[in-house]
Amino acid sequence: MIALSDYLILGAVLFGISLAGIFLNRKNILILLMCIELMLLAVNINFVAFSRFMDDIGGQVFVFFILTVAAAEAAIGLALLVVLFRNKGSINVADLNEMKG
Amino acid sequence: MPYVYLAIPLAPLLGAIIAGLFGRQIGRAGAHWVTIIGVAVSFALSLWVFKHIVLDGAPVYNEAVYTWMATDAFRFEVGFLVDNLTALMMVVVTGVSLMVHIYTIGYMHDDPGYQRFFSYISLFTFSMLMLVMANNFMQLFFGWEAVGLVSYLLIGFWFKRESAIFANLKAFLVNRVGDFGFLLGIAAVLMYTGSLDYMAVFGQADQLAATTIEVLPGTEWNLVTVIAILLFIGAMGKSAQVPLHVWLPDSMEGPTPISALIHAATMVTAGIFMVARMSPLYELSEVALSLVVVLGALTAFFMGLLGIVQNDIKRVVAFSTLSQLGYMTVALGVSAYSAAIFHLMTHAFFKALLFLAAGSVIVALHHEQDMRKMGGLYKYMPVTFVTFLVGTLALIGFPGFAGFFSKDAIIESVHASSIPGAGLAYWLVLLGVFVTAFYSFRMFFLVFFGEERMDDHARAHLHESPRVVTVPLVLLAIPSAIIGWIAIEPLVFGDFFAGAITVAPEHDVVGEVGHHYHGQWSFILHAFQAPALWLALGGVATAWFIYMVRPSIATAARERLGFLHALLDRGYGFDEFNNQVFARGTLALGRGLSSQGDARVIDGWLVNGAARLVGWGARVVRHVQTGMMYHYAFVMIAGLLVFMTWFMFA
Amino acid sequence: MSFEQILFYIFATVAVVGALRMITTPNPVHAALYLVLTFFNVALVWILLEAEFLGLLLILVYVGAVMILFLFVVMMLDINTAPMREGFVRNLPVGLFVALLMIVEIALVVGPRFFGLEVVSSPAPRPEGYSNTGAIGEVLYTEYVYAFEIAAVILLAAIVAAIGLTLRRRKGVKYQDIGRQLDVRREDRVRMVRMDAEKQQD
Repeated sequence: MIALSDYLILGAVLFGISLAGIFLNRKNILILLMCIELMLLAVNINFVAFSRFMDDIGGQVFVFFILTVAAAEAAIGLALLVVLFRNKGSINVADLNEMKG
Repeated sequence: MPYVYLAIPLAPLLGAIIAGLFGRQIGRAGAHWVTIIGVAVSFALSLWVFKHIVLDGAPVYNEAVYTWMATDAFRFEVGFLVDNLTALMMVVVTGVSLMVHIYTIGYMHDDPGYQRFFSYISLFTFSMLMLVMANNFMQLFFGWEAVGLVSYLLIGFWFKRESAIFANLKAFLVNRVGDFGFLLGIAAVLMYTGSLDYMAVFGQADQLAATTIEVLPGTEWNLVTVIAILLFIGAMGKSAQVPLHVWLPDSMEGPTPISALIHAATMVTAGIFMVARMSPLYELSEVALSLVVVLGALTAFFMGLLGIVQNDIKRVVAFSTLSQLGYMTVALGVSAYSAAIFHLMTHAFFKALLFLAAGSVIVALHHEQDMRKMGGLYKYMPVTFVTFLVGTLALIGFPGFAGFFSKDAIIESVHASSIPGAGLAYWLVLLGVFVTAFYSFRMFFLVFFGEERMDDHARAHLHESPRVVTVPLVLLAIPSAIIGWIAIEPLVFGDFFAGAITVAPEHDVVGEVGHHYHGQWSFILHAFQAPALWLALGGVATAWFIYMVRPSIATAARERLGFLHALLDRGYGFDEFNNQVFARGTLALGRGLSSQGDARVIDGWLVNGAARLVGWGARVVRHVQTGMMYHYAFVMIAGLLVFMTWFMFA
Repeated sequence: MSFEQILFYIFATVAVVGALRMITTPNPVHAALYLVLTFFNVALVWILLEAEFLGLLLILVYVGAVMILFLFVVMMLDINTAPMREGFVRNLPVGLFVALLMIVEIALVVGPRFFGLEVVSSPAPRPEGYSNTGAIGEVLYTEYVYAFEIAAVILLAAIVAAIGLTLRRRKGVKYQDIGRQLDVRREDRVRMVRMDAEKQQD
């Protein structure tokens, strides 16, 4: 039988990998967006696993909403990316320093 | 009856409002008619009230007519207390006011502010009536401040003159000093009795006398003494007693009718009236009475001396007013309240007369006030000359004239008094009689006799003043001559003020003097055995000798006694002292507080300092905001790690 | 080791490997494809968890839509990936350290100590005929109906935002404005000129 902790650790590993991805690919905003998607997926694994083991369908409904919001986020993020590239000719994160105080 | 009492102050107020707000529509004649009718109505009703209360012996009226506001603990009301004292004051105020109104038609004939002037003096009449008719401290204070306001407006009536603006500001500021004390006194009354009604307060006077408070830590003060002195500080401001007298000579910048009405006959006597009204309180405090005596005596003598060196005819009369106010104050101090009020009344008539006569001279000489440019006017202005003479004789206390009876009553009362300071006061008021006679007749001789020192142009146009000026002079000259004879018996030695004025048995100097009183003739004869009359006659003789026979003596004296002359000419340096110490000191204090307290501490440290602190903090913290998304994410992750570590080990 | 466990470990391993490749590959197109691999395997894991609806949804929405969008963008933008790799090696130690620390800590929190089989027993398999989709639908349209509608609004906002951000109006392009064409009235086009007849000149 597969323990709940197995699923949770799978989520943790995926989360850690995406975190490492953010560190490693800090220049490429496209990969950063993908890493964020992966993070959300890792969290979703936890939701689904808990939903199954606690026998509460609400967890899966939440995953449904997270997928919705993540899709919206991906769409807007990519749109911003396109606009950014159009204006700057680059998607280098290092160029995004207009918020510097 | 309440409607009659209401109508008395409201009639002049109505006139003032009409003349003030609609002066342009009703025109010059309309303005003086509407105000004169208002004051005339008021005067007629006052006479009727006088008859009703005094002659018919109607009961004292003491009612509230309007509740201004009521709180949980206090009621502030508009009410009238009409007894013999009030009735007398009402007649004097409205009578003199009516004369001045009529006189003003002539005096202000070609002034552009004609309507405004009538509006002001009617407003003044209203304010003064509210003051004397008040039955509570609140209304007294209202009237007190209202007359002060009108006085301010009228001193600065010719507001294009810088000196007038300076004078009215000075009057206003000096009166604020007095009012500060007055207001504190009223506050103390309210605090310790819980009421502002005269009768309620007087009813608790004995309890107040038994109370002591700590004004300064470690000193016990009798509460009545504190209240009486505080109220008297107000009276010092309003009635121009040393050292708050400095505004009165300068107030002569106002038009002459004002000097007569406000700064001689009525407003400046408000302090005297107030103290007389508060006699139940003052009788309980010998300390306060002593203070009153000493200050009054100093004012009476030293302000009289100043009159000797003045060349401006109005300023001479002004200093004589100061001196006479001093006499009244002395009378208050020795508990001769009835004598004080008696002198107040006679003084109101003869001093208004003197001012109006002086104004008549001034108008005739085209607003020339310098006595060195007058002289020999008796030929040109017979009516003014005669009435001025009557006023002067009344002022110096020539036997038979009004001032004689009142002043002699005061001097006799001071002589009989045993209050601390009365001895000093007796000598000062006696010498004051000589001084009064000297400067009065100096002025009289300089103006009406001697060589004609005015220029040819002025002499060519010299003529007697018109009817509207001379009629009030005559109407005022009559009481100035005879009112003393008529009134001394009931007013001073009778029981006219029984109930209105309280005198403690041990202070009853008037009663003592009254034992020797056996009719007017014997009073006059008695005066020939007393020093006062001879001093007065001596003063007249000296003035005659110096200014008529040997004018060179005056010049020589001025040169020989240059120091003394300078001292008197500068009014003992009160003005310089005030300017240097109070004005400059306050200015320096203000500048110091402004530059150090406001600019440095508040603006520099608190306001800008707070901004600088925030700015400094922000400059430090802004380095955290790199704008690099990576850094923000890193901080979030680091925070998550710390949180998780804490979760595991806690 | 049961069959289910074997499947789980296979799927999990492939997912982890896909994720690792995704973050290490220099080519964004490859990264997107590796992410697709990870998504597929996670979807399989979810199906193991008897969450069939979400598993299929993940494949349809993410693999079918979102990742295709990513690929579109990657290919649309002509990105020079070489400078993007700058600092990859330099950041490797700290990235690994933080990631490992994070994994270890989370594993300690959610590990077998708290969520092992002894603590949380394995749930009984669903009976035959049980519909995961039906169960989600029942609560989604009753209990969570407001959240569902808000999600719809969020999606609408996302559409508007994405279009609004990327819409570019080109200058100098001729196009028809149907509305204005329909708005035209006779006065705009026709001017009546009244003039006297003229004699013909020959």
